[in-house]
Amino acid sequence: MTTPMIEIDTVTKYFGDKLVLDRVSLTVNPHEVVCLIGASGSGKSTLLRCVNRLVEHDYGAIRLDGVPVDDAAFGKTGLQKRAGIVFQSYNLFPHMTVLDNITLAPRRVHGVARIEAEDRGREVLARFGMDGFAGSYPEQLSGGQQQRVAIARALMTRPDVLLLDEITAALDPELVGEVLAIIRGLKDDGMTMMIVTHEMGFARDCADKVAFLDGGTILEEDTPTRLFDTPQEARTKVFLQRIVESGRL
Amino acid sequence: MTDDSPAQAGPQDHARRGPPPPPPSKRGFDWRAAAVPTAISAVSIAVVFGVLSWLVTSAEQWPRIRLQFFNIDAMIAAFPRVLQGFWVNMQVWLTVLACILVWALVLAIVRSLRAPWFAPFRLMVVIYIDLFRGVPVLLLVLLFGFGIPALNLPGLPSSGLFWGSVAMVLSYASYVAEIYRSGIDAVHEGQRAAAKSLGLSEWQTLRYAILPQALRNVVPALMNIVVALQKDVALLSVIGVRDAVREAQIYTASTFNYSSLIVAAGLFLLATVPMARLADYLTQRDRQRRLQVAG
Repeated sequence: MTTPMIEIDTVTKYFGDKLVLDRVSLTVNPHEVVCLIGASGSGKSTLLRCVNRLVEHDYGAIRLDGVPVDDAAFGKTGLQKRAGIVFQSYNLFPHMTVLDNITLAPRRVHGVARIEAEDRGREVLARFGMDGFAGSYPEQLSGGQQQRVAIARALMTRPDVLLLDEITAALDPELVGEVLAIIRGLKDDGMTMMIVTHEMGFARDCADKVAFLDGGTILEEDTPTRLFDTPQEARTKVFLQRIVESGRL
Repeated sequence: MTDDSPAQAGPQDHARRGPPPPPPSKRGFDWRAAAVPTAISAVSIAVVFGVLSWLVTSAEQWPRIRLQFFNIDAMIAAFPRVLQGFWVNMQVWLTVLACILVWALVLAIVRSLRAPWFAPFRLMVVIYIDLFRGVPVLLLVLLFGFGIPALNLPGLPSSGLFWGSVAMVLSYASYVAEIYRSGIDAVHEGQRAAAKSLGLSEWQTLRYAILPQALRNVVPALMNIVVALQKDVALLSVIGVRDAVREAQIYTASTFNYSSLIVAAGLFLLATVPMARLADYLTQRDRQRRLQVAG
């Protein structure tokens, strides 16, 4: 049996007195794509952020490739190198060009030489059809283009895992497709991904596993076909019914 | 579906033949439409200001006022010394300004670093800012400018100009540090999250991600400080620095005529009014930039 890429083991998290994650366990195997779905405030983004320690969990354990994420073995920046994250609001640095945005971490954190980092940067941009925008500033790009740059930035250090936090939620509907196409491409390359999403259609045909979070716990976890077609829990049914009514499935 | 197939032409198509009308900005300035309001403005300004100046100059006391404050001969006589003094003001202004901007940045950075072992330094900055913001600048200038040179400390400069300037820097830096801090706080939390997720240390996050945005945010607020400082450097005249105000006072003391102070005031206005306009312009540009980003 292979070591899981991400192993979340009875993780609990409070924000002050508010319980946001209640003994959550989840396993993501290498090359697997796991989608987290659920209503706002269900804890799915917090769970994702616990994996790369943007949020520190209070109880339980999270292991990346068998090593606890808070283990000293990662050093100061090892975890960030191996687990990239992309945010809903892109969070590109507005005062830097696209190329500077994506080469910042390799150069300043991982000590890669400028020329080398920029070569790699251009290569990643070209792959996402953004090679013409290396010298542009984020505000000159569309939302979809900005998000493609953000994905490129997260991939610069060749991470083992990509964490995606509602990356299409801020996009105009006609731009969602270009970003999802990139994620599908990454799946085909064997990237392990944990994805918080509201795009149920995408989750259905791209995920290996879908977990439904409600009130800080994983209520149901199954293959997309089974979870979407024959949900077992009443709360899951209600949630999916609402999604159908809003026309997103 | 071509444009000239009449069978499919809707009711809108008739009005849409040919190129669209040019953008309004390309139409050129319409003199005829602008003439009437412009004329009204000009006439009303002339009338109001004319009446006001007639009222002032026809007052019984006016000749005495003019002799005391607007005496051309006295102005010409005082001008070279006052101008020389004003040159001192401008030199002090620029030097002090540079020191303030750097020192305040150090204060703001120390205050915004969150590492636990930094706590004593953070506390020191908080106390510093409370202290220097809470004491009148004039008091500090007197304390430093007269007090420290009197100590004759070995190895330290003993000029009142130097220590008076230090007092200005220490006082103004406490305000500017707070402006910087507001700029740092105004940078969106997502920027910190992004930097942290890329593995940047706290210092790197500040250096590469936060500060460049923060400094850009606070330019308009800083400009107001720059203008205020430009005239507040005249406070150094109280410790005997021979700046424009001091030179004007010296002239006043020997002639009992105050026109020299008006000369100094005129010089200050020549410097501060353009700076204030520049501040307005930068504020305006900053607002437009924010609107664009928001839209």
